[in-house]
Amino acid sequence: MWRSRPPLALAWLLPFALIFGGFQLAPLGYVALGAFRVDDGWGLDHFREIATSPFYRQAIGRSLEIALVSSAAGLIVATLACYGLTRAGGRIRRVLIAFTNMTSNFAGVPLAFAFIILLGANGTLTLALERLGLVDTFNLYSRGGLMIIYTWFQVPLGILLLLPAFAGLRREWREAASLLGAGRLDYWRHIGLPVLWPSLMGTLTILLANAIGTYATVFALVGNNYNLLTIRIANLVSGDLFLQPQLASALSLVTVALLTLMTLTQQRLTRGRSTCG
Amino acid sequence: MRVDIERRRRDGLALHWWILVPVFVSLALPLAATLLYAVSTRWGATLLPDGLTLEWLQRLWQTPRFLAAFGRSLVVVVASLALSLVLILPVAFLAHTRFTGLARWMNVLVLTPFAVPPVVTSVGLLQLYAGGPLPLVGTPWILIFTYVSIALPFVYRSLINSLRGIDAAELMEAAQLLGASPLVAFLRVILPNLRLGIRIAIFLSLSFLIGEFVFANLLVGTRFETLQIYLFNVRRESGHFTSALVITLFTFILILTWLGNGKSEIVAPEERAS
Repeated sequence: MWRSRPPLALAWLLPFALIFGGFQLAPLGYVALGAFRVDDGWGLDHFREIATSPFYRQAIGRSLEIALVSSAAGLIVATLACYGLTRAGGRIRRVLIAFTNMTSNFAGVPLAFAFIILLGANGTLTLALERLGLVDTFNLYSRGGLMIIYTWFQVPLGILLLLPAFAGLRREWREAASLLGAGRLDYWRHIGLPVLWPSLMGTLTILLANAIGTYATVFALVGNNYNLLTIRIANLVSGDLFLQPQLASALSLVTVALLTLMTLTQQRLTRGRSTCG
Repeated sequence: MRVDIERRRRDGLALHWWILVPVFVSLALPLAATLLYAVSTRWGATLLPDGLTLEWLQRLWQTPRFLAAFGRSLVVVVASLALSLVLILPVAFLAHTRFTGLARWMNVLVLTPFAVPPVVTSVGLLQLYAGGPLPLVGTPWILIFTYVSIALPFVYRSLINSLRGIDAAELMEAAQLLGASPLVAFLRVILPNLRLGIRIAIFLSLSFLIGEFVFANLLVGTRFETLQIYLFNVRRESGHFTSALVITLFTFILILTWLGNGKSEIVAPEERAS
C-alpha cells in the first residue's frame, strides 16, 4: 500500500465535495425541504393544492400518459429492431448501430426543430402526406405529435440498452429448442423472452424516467402550452407571472416520487432473476 | 429440398428487413429533412427542393450573433470540463486506490445527475443562488459549476475504467520505493497513463454539455446566450438558416462523440444468427 498521510489525501476531496455538494446535492435538499415550507412554518399545503387542483392533476396524468405510451411503443420498436439487428449481416449491423448511436445524440431543441421541418404545418412530410391524400391535416403541436417525437427519441435509446441482452442470447439455445421440436414462436415464448425479461423491464424503466424528465424538446416545440410536470415546474420558477418556488418544489418531489416508484416496481417485477448482458 | 431451404432462408431475410427498413428510415427522416433543408435554395410546397446551395452554411459562419454564441458555449464547456478534471481526478484516484468506502459512495453519487431531472435541480439552484451571498443566477459561473456536477458520471466512469486498466496502486508503490513523493508519483507516473481515459472523458462530456439546454435556459437564458439558447431564439426564423445551424451543431457533437467513442464498439458475439 502506498502511503501519504490520510488527512492530506482527504483534503484533495474537499474541492470536489464543495462543488458537487453545492450544485447537485444542496439544490435537491433545498427542494425536499422547500416542498414542506409554508408561510407560517411547515405543512403539506402544497401537496394538498396539487392533489385538489385539476390543472396539476392533469399535468401529472399527461406526463404519465406520454411516458407510458412512448416508452411502451419505443420498447416494442426497439425490441423488434434488436431482433432484426441480430439477424442482419455483421457489416450492415455495425453501420446501423453506429447510426443508432448518432440519433441517440440528437435531442432537445435541435430535435424539436428537425420535427418542425419534417412534420410542422409546412413540413416536408406533412405536405407530401397531404398531397397524397393520406392525412387531412397533421398537427405536430398536439398530443399525437408529441407522442411521435417522444417515441422517436425513445427508440435509439431502447436499442442501445437492449442490444447487449440480445447479444447474450445463445445460438445453441435456439438450436437445442429446435432439436426438441420447438418452433420459432415456442422458442421466443419459453426461452427468448424470459431470458430478456429483466433487461426489457430495466430498459422500460429508463425509458419511462427519460420521458418523464423531458423538458427541452417539448418546451422548444409548444412552449408552456402542453400541460406536463416538467413544464409546470419550470413555469413556476421562471415564468413571467408570479413565481411559486415552494409549489415547484412540491411538484418536483411528486416527480421524483413517481420515478422512484417506477424503479421499485421494476425491481419487484424482476426480483430473483439475474440481469444478463 | 434444396430449393425449399433456399426459399426459407430468403423468407427469413425478408422478415428482418421488413423490421429494419421502416425503423431506420423513420429514424433517418428528421435528420435527412433538416440536412436537405440546410443545403437547398428554396423548398416550398414541393416534394423535393428547387436547388442545392451552400449559401446558408456560409451565411451562418458570417453571422456575428452565431459566432458570439459559439464562443460563449466553448468558454463555458471548456471551463467546466477543465475544472471537473482537476476536481474529479484526485477523487477517482483515491477512491480506486485507497478508500474503498469512498468508491461505494461515489457509485451512488454518480447516478444522481441521471436520476434527477435537470428541471428539478434547477428549482433548487434558482433559490440558492438567485440572491444571498452567492448571486450566481444569470451569470456563466452557475452554468460552469452545475456542468461540473452533471459531467461527473462521464468523467468519473471513464477515469475509473482507465485506472482499472493500469494497476494504479502497484505503480504508486513502485514510484515511492524509488523515492518519489505521492504527489510527484501521481503527476509523473499515474497521470500520463490515464491519457486514454481523460481523452474519452473530455470528448463524451463536451458533446453532452454542448447540447445542454435546460440549465442554460432556466439559470441564465438570454443574459448569456449560448448556442442552444441562440438556436431556441431563432427556431422560428428562416428554416434554411436554422437548419444549417442545427446541422453544424450536430456535426460538431458527432465529431466529439466519435473522437471519444472511436475505439469502442458494440458487436454481437454471434457473427451470424441461425
